[in-house]
Amino acid sequence: MTKTITLAQGNGGEENNELIKKVFYKAFKNEILERSEDAAVIGNLAMTTDSFTVSPLFFAGADIGKLAVCGTCNDLAMMGAQPKYLTCSVIIEEGFEVESLERIVESMRSELSINGAVVVSGDTKVVPKGSVDKIFINTTGLGEIVQAGISSNNVSEEDVILINRDIGCHGATIFAAREGIEMSSSLKSDCNSLYPQVKALIDAGIRITAMRDATRGGVAAVLNEWARQSNVCIEVEEDKIPISDEVKGICEMLGFEATALANEGTFVLAVKKEDAQRAVEVLQSFEVCAMASVVGGVSQKYPQKVILKSPWGTSRFLETPNGELLPRIC
Amino acid sequence: MGLELKNLYDDFRDADTIKAYAKIIAEDAKKLTHPINIMEVCGGHTHTIMKYGVLQLLPSSIRFVHGPGCPVCIMPKERIDHAYVLSRQPNVILVTLGDMIKVPGSNGSLQDARSKGADVRFVYSPLDCLKIAQENPDKTVIFFAIGFETTTPMTAALLDTVIAQNIPNILLHVNHVTVPAPMRALISDEACIIDAFLGPSHVSVISGSKIYEEFPRDWHKPVVVSGFEPVDVMQSISMIVKQFIEGRCELEVEYKRAVTREGNLKAQALNDKYFRQVDFRWRGLGDIPQSGMGLRDEYDRYNAEKIYDAILPKEEINDHKLCICGDILKGKASPPQCSIFGTACKPSTPVGSCMVSSEGACSAYYKYGNLV
Repeated sequence: MTKTITLAQGNGGEENNELIKKVFYKAFKNEILERSEDAAVIGNLAMTTDSFTVSPLFFAGADIGKLAVCGTCNDLAMMGAQPKYLTCSVIIEEGFEVESLERIVESMRSELSINGAVVVSGDTKVVPKGSVDKIFINTTGLGEIVQAGISSNNVSEEDVILINRDIGCHGATIFAAREGIEMSSSLKSDCNSLYPQVKALIDAGIRITAMRDATRGGVAAVLNEWARQSNVCIEVEEDKIPISDEVKGICEMLGFEATALANEGTFVLAVKKEDAQRAVEVLQSFEVCAMASVVGGVSQKYPQKVILKSPWGTSRFLETPNGELLPRIC
Repeated sequence: MGLELKNLYDDFRDADTIKAYAKIIAEDAKKLTHPINIMEVCGGHTHTIMKYGVLQLLPSSIRFVHGPGCPVCIMPKERIDHAYVLSRQPNVILVTLGDMIKVPGSNGSLQDARSKGADVRFVYSPLDCLKIAQENPDKTVIFFAIGFETTTPMTAALLDTVIAQNIPNILLHVNHVTVPAPMRALISDEACIIDAFLGPSHVSVISGSKIYEEFPRDWHKPVVVSGFEPVDVMQSISMIVKQFIEGRCELEVEYKRAVTREGNLKAQALNDKYFRQVDFRWRGLGDIPQSGMGLRDEYDRYNAEKIYDAILPKEEINDHKLCICGDILKGKASPPQCSIFGTACKPSTPVGSCMVSSEGACSAYYKYGNLV
């Protein structure tokens, strides 16, 4: 590991995993933490925390406020829990406009109501100009487990892998906005609360083995985490992975892989084979999930690895993303 | 309906077309009298071959040798050190393209310089420097220019604008190189195993296909100028195989949709106006005469290398002794043959620059390594 922290160590990929393992897990070692789930399961409660630092603060499809509620609520939803109570802690740079703060908080309020959750505690700090980039928000969430036993450690050959919608929209939108890429497109972040989709799946009696929202590190990171945590090989069909033309376009231009781009309303599911078709139907009843699809299956071919199969019969490993996302040279 | 980006690649990833080419190549290859080693000069092609699993579609008599065509991989350490030193100067903003910021120099990478407080930025186009210079009038923006014929005209266009608009705070550190020079150097080597070349299409969009005419004519090596999509590469391989079984040795263009013999004359004129051929030391290949494009002397006042001459390190620095990037760039070794490949040397902790760039052979093998 490097002697000083680099941006790459916050990428949700390989370097990020190494940092967490070698510094935090080492110090905080305990059974619950080591399960490495989206949220900790304590009895029938799920608990999680997340900090949000995004630039720009307002972008196509969402803003940092919506993100701060969705991110934490989605981590709870991924453990089959209904989000109930959140805390909200903000660190604000001096000089920040109150009007922007109000917009952000209003956005949080609106998203909380979609989840049926409330903010019950909070904290505000204001720091001198230059100490933070405009505003950082931390939210901690507590949820009530509706469907127990969902775990990234339990994926088996009885499961198939699904994705609820087209991938990479958030990462591509943020990248385009941050770097000032002028392009006309309908591209917008997928930022969305996932509990309604999870509830519909549970209500339909779908046997869910694992769920994980594909945030930093994207779908590639989730699949690799599952392959490692469950000691299985995950085999996915490249042409089954839903990707919009806009995201494909950005990836082509800049040399990115959509599977490595961040998402904020996209999740990967492992469900029992027999329930796959019904799960797709349930998901597709949501407008944003029109492209929901079964993308692959589970085997023991190369345990702890993810295989990506091309439509012309070749295959390769899909690795956990690493490094800082940089555009290609030529 | 207008042309969309996906029109540019959709058909060129068509599964049936790719499979059909695989079949044609397999049939034709049976008539080969000996295996053929094709060098893909450009890292972009290495990337395509690995990412799309092209090797898995080919018979064992078609082999690939990875070439030196990655702007980051061929940069000798001392020039990376130049960028590092410049970035650490007070009131300097060091600007470069993508992957360059990750390559380790002897003091660290530009990324390391940035974590120590240097203002290092990457851009998509050299012209983005104009905005940075305008927003930071009290600072000097140094563009660390890298790349082959493809990116050179963009640097020339930047300098053209800087002069036309009399912009006082942009300097250039130029590291442009050309493709034919290392090809010539490689086949002059007695141990050379290359039978044919896959020429990068984007280079020929600028310089024309004419730059490769000497290779079949004087060196008896066929060249096919190829696009970067999997169908392009499969078609180009098929064209090379056909040349061998038909006993031909020619320069052919697969990427006819944008490549002409003469290329982009306007871009070439712009290059000629600002640059002249200079000697360049290539990482792994050593000094290659007249293989670089340096700023003409009349533009010394924009040349960061001359302005900061006193503080820039001069000594040549060789690679880590375990790193075999040199042999990989020469096509003498394949990445998995390196003792530190995937262990001490990974994209997150690269020892050699072939592991850094997304166009580097080691990076392509690490990322897309075959299952077999």
